[in-house]
Amino acid sequence: MSRGRSNSLIVRTPEGIEFSILLAGPVVRLLAWGIDICCISLITGMVGGLLKLFSIISQDLGLALITLAGYVISVGYGIGCEWLWRGQTLGKRLLRLRVVDEKGLRLQFSQVVVRNLLRVVDGLPLLYMVGGAACLISGKSQRLGDIAASTIVVRNPELSLPEMERLGDDKFNSLAEHPHLAARLRQKVGRDELAISLSALMRREELEPAARVELFGELAGYFRALVRFPHETVAGVSDERYVRNVVEVVLSRKKVAGRM
Amino acid sequence: MIIDLERFIAEEKPFWDELEALLDQMEQDVAFSMDLGGVTRFHFLYQRASADLARLDGFSAAPEFRQYLESLVARAFGEIHETRERPHRFAPRAWLFGRFPQTFRRHIRQFQLSLAITLVGCLFGAAALMFAPADKEVLLPFQHLMGTPAERVAKEEQGADKRLEKTKLTFSSHLMTHNTQVSVACMASGLTFGIGTLMLLFYNGVILGAVIFDYVTAGQSIFLAGWLLPHGVVEIPAILLAGQGGLILAGALIGRESGLRLGQRMRRVWGDLVTLMGGVALMLVWAGLIEALFSQYHEPVLPYSVKIGFGVAELLLLVLFLAKSGSGSSATPPGGKNV
Repeated sequence: MSRGRSNSLIVRTPEGIEFSILLAGPVVRLLAWGIDICCISLITGMVGGLLKLFSIISQDLGLALITLAGYVISVGYGIGCEWLWRGQTLGKRLLRLRVVDEKGLRLQFSQVVVRNLLRVVDGLPLLYMVGGAACLISGKSQRLGDIAASTIVVRNPELSLPEMERLGDDKFNSLAEHPHLAARLRQKVGRDELAISLSALMRREELEPAARVELFGELAGYFRALVRFPHETVAGVSDERYVRNVVEVVLSRKKVAGRM
Repeated sequence: MIIDLERFIAEEKPFWDELEALLDQMEQDVAFSMDLGGVTRFHFLYQRASADLARLDGFSAAPEFRQYLESLVARAFGEIHETRERPHRFAPRAWLFGRFPQTFRRHIRQFQLSLAITLVGCLFGAAALMFAPADKEVLLPFQHLMGTPAERVAKEEQGADKRLEKTKLTFSSHLMTHNTQVSVACMASGLTFGIGTLMLLFYNGVILGAVIFDYVTAGQSIFLAGWLLPHGVVEIPAILLAGQGGLILAGALIGRESGLRLGQRMRRVWGDLVTLMGGVALMLVWAGLIEALFSQYHEPVLPYSVKIGFGVAELLLLVLFLAKSGSGSSATPPGGKNV
């Protein structure tokens, strides 16, 4: 396991596979904590309102229960939520954060308790200044409680599989008619250019019209210069269509004549 | 290396969808469990997704696919490779009479240090009051300890029957929460390599020593014993146990005795810290109740002999409990099962 990019942790599995975990920074964690504080206040207020009913029997009993409930909720909220929701409080859930073991494993109950009890030190002198400073210094964005409990807070952005259909339609691809040039294209197109083109095609609907024309113009110009196809093959083909044809040929969406 | 990305995705997507659905179910349902067939299938799906991720390696044309697969594999990895024993159903009796005292005894050296520091603080507090009696308000910054002990005893004995008449439970709840906060702070201060824990223990000792010296030299030993013993014999050991926890934490942080890495050292002490703090919380609940409902009543309402006798009996039971309870059953090794 090692630090990869500045905000991620690279985990290498026993199977030899590497994957990265996005680490949550102090700002987003502070926001989640703010939401949690609001929740704690709300729950305490609601429970306190209910416990006030005991004041009918005895005011002393009512006040005692409210005091105890306030403390139990403030300490138990983090522990209970993180244990039941596998490392998430409501604030973390809303901001798509999760506490996990620093090795990427499941949290254990004792880890949850330790990291929550040690908030006392992280919260010093106020507004989590110690914890925030530790987060900034720590290689894994850990506050002191996280270091002691061997936990990290990760970001789980909502990811879905990109749809290949968004690449475009199944229209005729004139570039595939020239297998030797298509093969040269596959050979010459670099991974970075292909990645940019693929992303541009998938997100083309999100682009401003002018930016879309400019982007595909530049990409098509680059590809046209890379391998020159006969004039009659590319005449009348728009820049965007040209880029789509190149990506299709390189990714073999369209079978090049004479090849499988 | 993938030649045909579209075909690759079309072939593998059903497996990824199945794995994703399974992971969603696991994360949403706390009680979710699988039979052997389910586990085998889950393992197969994880391995397949891992293999797909490896095939995408170096194929930077598809960063979105890689990101998606990485998130799937990361989520499944935690479930597949978690080999630590999962907690058994919590058995309060076994925990209280077995695990808690066993944990205390396993770290007896840290407790002894915690006790020693408190005693040094006591001596310092007593000596400070002896040599600088004018500084009493600095040493004991509490309103009810400001006057002379004789004045307080007279006041307490006069108004004992009316004291806290309508606020006993509220007072008790305040004591419980305050003492628990102090204990948690004492344990958590172990993160300062134990310096914070030692300072808190020393400071508690200073106050205790100064109070004892103040009352004993004023000839109010009986009142003091009757006032402090019923709740103090549980409350003070609870703070000492919290200090023990703080020193365990500091020990793991410093890692003097082993060649283990920080994470490994910490893993060895989590369970013990949680156990100790659980025990401390229980002790403080008891102490809070006794302090509010029993300790605050003095003669003539409650004879001092009863209060002192009760306190001594509590102390003996506590010592017996911590020293002997659970000694017959097998002790959990350090770094073993975590709660």
